[in-house]
Amino acid sequence: MAKNIQSLERAAAMLRLLAGGERRLGLSDIASALGLAKATAHGILRTLQHEGFVEQDPDSGRYQLGAELLRLGTTYLDVHELRARALVWTDDLARSGGEAVYLGVLHLQGVLVVHHVFRPDDSRQVLEVGAMQPLHSTALGKVLSAFDPVAHAELVDAKREPFTARTVTDLDAIERDLDLIRAQGYATDAEETWEGVAALAAPIFDRHRMSVGAVGITGAVERVCRDGEPRPELIAALRDTARSVSRDLGAKPF
Amino acid sequence: MTDTHTGPFIAAIDQGTTSSRCIVFDKDGRIVAVDQKEHAQIFPKPGWVEHDASEIWRNVQEVVAGAMVKAGIGREDILAIGITNQRETTMLWDKHTGKPVHNAIVWQDTRTDMLCKQLGGDVGQDRWRRETGLPLAAYFAGPKIAWLLDNVEGLRARAEAGDLLFGTMDSWVIWNLTGGVNGGVHVTDVTNASRTLLMNLEDLSWNEDIAAEMGVPLQVLPEIRSSSEVYGTVTGGSLGSLLAGVPVASALGDQQAALFGQTCFSVGEAKSTYGTGTFMLMNTGEKLIHSESGLLTTVGYRIGEQDPVYALEGSIAVTGSLVQWMRDQMGLISTAAEIETLALTVEDNGGAYFVPAFSGLFAPYWRSDARGVIAGLTRYVTKAHIARAVLEATAWQTREITDAMTKDSGVELSALKVDGGMTSNNLLMQFLADVLDAPVVRPMVAETTCLGAAYAAGIAVGFWDSVEDLRANWRRAAEWTPDMDPAVRDREYKHWLKAVERTMGWQDE
Repeated sequence: MAKNIQSLERAAAMLRLLAGGERRLGLSDIASALGLAKATAHGILRTLQHEGFVEQDPDSGRYQLGAELLRLGTTYLDVHELRARALVWTDDLARSGGEAVYLGVLHLQGVLVVHHVFRPDDSRQVLEVGAMQPLHSTALGKVLSAFDPVAHAELVDAKREPFTARTVTDLDAIERDLDLIRAQGYATDAEETWEGVAALAAPIFDRHRMSVGAVGITGAVERVCRDGEPRPELIAALRDTARSVSRDLGAKPF
Repeated sequence: MTDTHTGPFIAAIDQGTTSSRCIVFDKDGRIVAVDQKEHAQIFPKPGWVEHDASEIWRNVQEVVAGAMVKAGIGREDILAIGITNQRETTMLWDKHTGKPVHNAIVWQDTRTDMLCKQLGGDVGQDRWRRETGLPLAAYFAGPKIAWLLDNVEGLRARAEAGDLLFGTMDSWVIWNLTGGVNGGVHVTDVTNASRTLLMNLEDLSWNEDIAAEMGVPLQVLPEIRSSSEVYGTVTGGSLGSLLAGVPVASALGDQQAALFGQTCFSVGEAKSTYGTGTFMLMNTGEKLIHSESGLLTTVGYRIGEQDPVYALEGSIAVTGSLVQWMRDQMGLISTAAEIETLALTVEDNGGAYFVPAFSGLFAPYWRSDARGVIAGLTRYVTKAHIARAVLEATAWQTREITDAMTKDSGVELSALKVDGGMTSNNLLMQFLADVLDAPVVRPMVAETTCLGAAYAAGIAVGFWDSVEDLRANWRRAAEWTPDMDPAVRDREYKHWLKAVERTMGWQDE
């Protein structure tokens, strides 16, 4: 096994020292307890403070555990919270885009549909909440794979089934597609999963700029695409929606 | 917004219990801009709730101006302005100064409990039910007027001298919009008037006998108009320059506005709004149905000179607030949405039933001696089962109201249109469809209350030709279809009813 990184070991020791009860310690206490030079201890504490793991009391100058550390274990986004926050925006996307809208999150080795807004015409449609979609061929799946490393790992491991003649199953080709998706900020599925159906999807981020899900719009390829390319006004509307939901989840625009 | 909207537009003011909002809609019924401002809740004593009507009027002006700025439009783009409001909240103001003479008494305020008991006399709370469709309860406006006149120094004399005007929030906003002390019109609409205990449902006029019994001088009462007509135009004041000449063209109580916004224009169509509590209204057409099952009879809406459309109303006191209770008092979840996550970790309720009769049972039982129970507990039951029971309670209570409506009206519910915050709960919506054995449908615009006021105003000025135009705007965002074995449904309903029985007679009265 490789040699451990000393500064990380020291940072861990500091966190342990500060843990347990309402402990506040000054710089010299921490330095002497761990047998460190004050300057060394101060450098590590400053880094921990910057990450929010340690806070400094402005009056006494003493250090204590930061709020971020407490949040670390409990901040996963509840998918039902995601749906509740996205409801208004996804309704509006379906209305303005004239197509069905879906929200997806990573689940096992695929995309779990957690919200579905019907296409705004009077046709019979069936609610698809709870359905699974593949990662490698759908727009939702590709966005998750491009922006969430865990989804990417699942994609690499998963069996990549060819659903239509257009499905890309070769990993190198998929990786090139994911690079493009990261660069342009959205994914396309033009008849790669279902014949005659095209979809667009964009990522939803939380306040840590972590990808927590994807929003997609799906319809007949003739309506979603023009001259073989997705319609730019649909892309714009979709990305506005993704930004609005992300903003409601606390993500800052950059 | 994700795309451009083209005018002209309709603005709707929603003067609600906690805030005032203004939403601008386009011809497709889509939202162009929203502005909102909360006002203070004043609690002078336990059970008393008041609002400062001056603050409310200031906020209304601000949000109207704010929504217009956000939409980037001017008065030439606004064809009409409509109003929907918290129902029953009661105020009096001086018609010479335009100043409220007391804080408004909010619908939740219970100070008129005793007065209502006295007014009921030997007959009890149904004394004026035949005439007004309502039981004598503290919510309604009439007894609140009487309380103000009898308990605030000098008001009765000023009222009898003709110096005071009464209004629910629709009247107050319309009077101010149309000029206030400089010729403001003093009107209310049939839906708001139907919540005063003072209006005859039959001919939509003030009942002079009841007013006399209650001690409400007729000269304080506004003129009763339809829900959709031009009452006047905006003049003067801070909105005068912004909106001068724009017609004020609708008024509807909030629940009736939601019925209108959900386009429930045919007999038997019903909507249910799931907030902290739940309000369900069913259109019964031109037929005035006196409930045998403890539902309220109310006016649904009236468009101009057309015949009024009546509705049956059932309310559930505790629905969304039960989820909040699980979050805030029990600490079993950290956000309201997590109730679904927790409930989904189990297959069923594990035999547990939760009847949240926190302040008694409402329609169709009306038992104030009932208190909440969780029934059917065994060692097997986990917090996840309780979470299921919490969601199921909302569905079963809806089922009981629906059954009462079917019994009273003879019309089977073909589908239920839903709105409100709890419609984002997929598990609940599916369970609701299952226990009602009818499809549950969510429309694409969540803001059905404001939309209803906008629709009624737009019809009054010819922006939309008829209710058929509005139906064409309605879009289905989701539909849940029943998928439950009838035997299971019957068994579960039986268990629920058994649990309801257990709540009764807890409180000694």
